[in-house]
Amino acid sequence: MSTNFRDLLALEPLTADELSFLLDQSKPFQEIQKHPLKKLATLRGKTVALAFFETSTRTRISFGTAASRLGADTMNLQAEASSLKKGETLLDTVFNLNAMKPDCLVMRHAASGATDYVARHLDIPVVNAGDGTHEHPSQGLLDALTIRDRLGTIKNLNVTILGDILHSRVARSNIHLLGKFGCKFTLCGPAIWVPRELEKIAPGTPIRCVYRMEEALEGADVIIMLRVQTERLDDPPLSSNDYVLLYQLNAERLQRASPNAIVLHPGPMNRGIEITPEVADGPQSCVLEQVTNGVAVRMAILYLLISGATETDTHPALEVKPKESANATD
Amino acid sequence: MRIVEKSQLMSAPEIDRTLQRLAHEIVEKSGGTKNLALIGIVRRGVPLAQRIAQAMRGIDGVEVPVGVLDITLYRDDLSKVAPMAVLRSSDIPFGVDNMDLVLIDDVLYTGRTIRAAMNGLFDLGRPKRVSLCVLIDRGHREMPIEAQFIGRHVQTSDTEIIEVRLREIDKEERVVLVDRVE
Repeated sequence: MSTNFRDLLALEPLTADELSFLLDQSKPFQEIQKHPLKKLATLRGKTVALAFFETSTRTRISFGTAASRLGADTMNLQAEASSLKKGETLLDTVFNLNAMKPDCLVMRHAASGATDYVARHLDIPVVNAGDGTHEHPSQGLLDALTIRDRLGTIKNLNVTILGDILHSRVARSNIHLLGKFGCKFTLCGPAIWVPRELEKIAPGTPIRCVYRMEEALEGADVIIMLRVQTERLDDPPLSSNDYVLLYQLNAERLQRASPNAIVLHPGPMNRGIEITPEVADGPQSCVLEQVTNGVAVRMAILYLLISGATETDTHPALEVKPKESANATD
Repeated sequence: MRIVEKSQLMSAPEIDRTLQRLAHEIVEKSGGTKNLALIGIVRRGVPLAQRIAQAMRGIDGVEVPVGVLDITLYRDDLSKVAPMAVLRSSDIPFGVDNMDLVLIDDVLYTGRTIRAAMNGLFDLGRPKRVSLCVLIDRGHREMPIEAQFIGRHVQTSDTEIIEVRLREIDKEERVVLVDRVE
């Protein structure tokens, strides 16, 4: 098998083998998080441009930390401070960033497909850090890594996703990744956020939409909570109290899931709305492991895209190499 | 390009005897096995380290800890050898502070791997001493690095390649000298 990633824009087009490869390559970086000295020089002299046209705290800091732990430098663009406010087009802004010669662009944008569009116009690798309601590939990968570490596998699990699934790029990346490993999905939330069309977004993957939380949790191995975007609670007209009553994950409801079930949340959590503190801080919660794994996954992504590493079975001596590396192991 | 085998440098029993000798030399020179640990460099240094540790069990009756180090992230030629840059896991399940570490690899050539390995080790702490043990030293150094424990010196030209084939990885056991032919 040979895998060469030019960009990382979405998980949907990747095969199970390619996804496994990405998860496996994250493992060495998980170990580095435990070292007393966490900084490598692997990407010394390389620059990662972080362009967040939509606000982000966790993902931006996570990519920034990943870049600096690999020895790379970062340039930062944040929506509030950017020329976009002054009327510059997206492509002009990106071309200007690119003119400062970064080696990779990590980009978030409120419009679905914006990252693909930019990637078509750039010759450096582009990483999608979330585009509209389309995908958030690094989140999908770090979730899968967290599940694999906790449950030992990502194959054939019952995965329940709760909340505003219609507007969630995290849910889509989760479905496209875990679906390729035979996972079955149950989506649950207020009907207007969980339209039946979602059952068809990943052909070949069993997805069902249910509207009673108790039913959705029955036998779940993995529960992925999504943040309730409280600004969206006006549409549908649903009070926070009603949401809590119908869809909050509390300890009593969690008992309906499989006894070893784990709870994920991409953050930021609304404690007391979609999840109770008891569950968020309980033994089944993986929320902080997700954050730690996020740095490892993003180190792997940056490393693979910037170094151009590939997996190959070719005899090492047949690779064209500079003299100093002619010996396979030296 | 193809690979042509020129000669066999070591047979399986020769490899075995050499590793036995290297185990004795390391124990002798270290004054026992106290604070001693072996670090196998991925890939073929790993089975070699495990076998040397096993031989030491026969000498001192002591279990010498063995760690695994993948030096890919510490290389200085990242972009030039992309196909080799796939990561494997390091696993050093003990603290390296104040330890007497012996790096184990199959072939010592330019010395760049060992330079990278030392960077990797020092990210984990401050060992008391680091020495180097290789099955084959083939010369052509580009770094001021020498091995303290050497299985065999082999004179080579720099188009030649030494392949150490071990049963754990290659399903056969011998050391061969090969050449690249257009």
